[in-house]
Amino acid sequence: MTELTRLHAHDMAASLRAGDFSSHELTEAHLAAAEAGNPALNAWLSIDRERALGEADAADSRITAARAAGAIETAALPPLAGIPIALKDLVSVKGGQCTAGSRILEGYRAPYDAHITERLRQSGAVILGKTNMDEFAMGSSTEHSAYGPTANPWDLERVPGGSSGGSAAAVAAFHAPLSIGTDTGGSIRQPAALCGIVGIKPTYGRVSRYGIVAFASSLDQIGPFARDARDAATLLHAIAGRDDRDSTSSPTPVPDAFLQLPASDDGAAASLKGKRLGLPSEYFVAGMEEGVEARIREAVSALEAAGAIVEPVSLPHTDYGLATYYIVAPAEASANLARYDGIRFGPRLGDGDVLANYLATRGRGFGAEVKRRIMLGTYALSAGYYDAYYLKAQKVRTLIKADFDVLWAQGFDALVAPTSPTVAFRFGARMADPVSMYLSDACTLPVNMAGLPGISIPCGLSEGLPVGLQFIGAPWSEAGLFQLSRGYEAITADADWRRLEPTGLTSAAPASAVSAR
Amino acid sequence: MATLSRSDVEHVAHLARLGLTDDELTLLEGQLNHILDQYAILAELPTDDIPPTAQTIELENILREDVVRPSLSAEAVLANAPARQGEFIVVPSILDDR
Repeated sequence: MTELTRLHAHDMAASLRAGDFSSHELTEAHLAAAEAGNPALNAWLSIDRERALGEADAADSRITAARAAGAIETAALPPLAGIPIALKDLVSVKGGQCTAGSRILEGYRAPYDAHITERLRQSGAVILGKTNMDEFAMGSSTEHSAYGPTANPWDLERVPGGSSGGSAAAVAAFHAPLSIGTDTGGSIRQPAALCGIVGIKPTYGRVSRYGIVAFASSLDQIGPFARDARDAATLLHAIAGRDDRDSTSSPTPVPDAFLQLPASDDGAAASLKGKRLGLPSEYFVAGMEEGVEARIREAVSALEAAGAIVEPVSLPHTDYGLATYYIVAPAEASANLARYDGIRFGPRLGDGDVLANYLATRGRGFGAEVKRRIMLGTYALSAGYYDAYYLKAQKVRTLIKADFDVLWAQGFDALVAPTSPTVAFRFGARMADPVSMYLSDACTLPVNMAGLPGISIPCGLSEGLPVGLQFIGAPWSEAGLFQLSRGYEAITADADWRRLEPTGLTSAAPASAVSAR
Repeated sequence: MATLSRSDVEHVAHLARLGLTDDELTLLEGQLNHILDQYAILAELPTDDIPPTAQTIELENILREDVVRPSLSAEAVLANAPARQGEFIVVPSILDDR
């Protein structure tokens, strides 16, 4: 049954409708893969076999009934009916754990479903379990999880990226065809790049965040991981749209174009003709690996050969992005994380008065990176420093956003850039120096600062490890990003690297990766 | 820009209600100052006439009718409380300490 796990979700959907196999069989194959693979990867924080098989059986009943009713009813089934999916462990699933990778939420059980959980249930998706992540989504390697790091399926001694490292690794390792992540500064796109899969951060406001653990509320956005653009687009279509319970979710219509990407490579390749793409020089940053730059330049050449028009452009305030982000995000985080006080939920530590409870619960419940960001944010918002740090950063944010607006006004369809300056790095390589870890997101965080959609797709290997190509679009232009991504997939469909599977899947966990946990 | 002293770090930790060990305070003093050094780049940008951006989509005045809707049951909420008595969450007394 293992070959079932190699299919794309759209192929699974077609086979389920044709009766080639059941959702129960499909779900069982993925549960078996996840259970067998997790000791080496630590991609999952929980796998709920019983619930998943129950949901699969319900999907099978729905599919069987539709098939009995006829072709029209079968075609009307939602595209995700019976398809397994993994959720980052900050998405509320009623009655289930929701740790956000933190000790401070150990034992907490979500009393309600997140909006996207409701939407996934309506579409008949099968929730396999919850995936590992940097604590409160703060990190770029998943090493900041309180529950041990996740390994990269391509090399078990390397990180999968982060913060949504578990969701990326689970899809790359064929434990699930689809997963959900969140992206505040790159936490979907960077792990997608490092694990060799597709990940999109939608436009700010595209997906309701009701029931999602908050990190930085003006930046956080939910998005899909998948192994191709069509699957990512299908999943985004299922979860996007206005929800009254998140006032930042937008009434902007969700285009059906997400579901209409060309299946044929010829059609997809043809759609690249005449597309005008900007190549921002500032994204080829100091410290970028030669192999990464080579793959990006080759991808750009391939796009040009297919008829896209690529022009060098400038985003002059890019260099200010990192400092701006690391003021805005920690400031918002320090406010959002004030709720974890050990009073209403989670463990309560310390003896004595309420203050002693607060200090002990938060001092011992949060990990090092979370404490660092709370300290940074509290300082940036404190009396006497607000203007110098937070207000200044908000003004620079205006300039960063304006850089992009200039290019949209000039008629660019999208920008093309690297996702990460490097391939997956070794465990521990960036843990001692927080600033070196923060630089992992230099090419992704300006996109969050400007509220734009950005997608990372695989574009080959460097030193045997995946490289990610990023397309960045104007607000609400996800359909265009999916079309470009599908086009790039089509023109590289015959590339040798597309046939390679992660090399870490077959080898046993090296001793160093095990001892790191 | 400003440099954080040890007592500044202790003050910020108190504001954030984080109980930190001496070792953590020492480590954070170095790390926070290193990070603040990276912020210095922002001072070179003239921004006096630039309005701040707090959010990026131009949604304003999202209103809804103030109608009664079902909410979570007390039991569902209290199930997560670390200490409870009946329908209440138990916390240490805050008035006796004054």
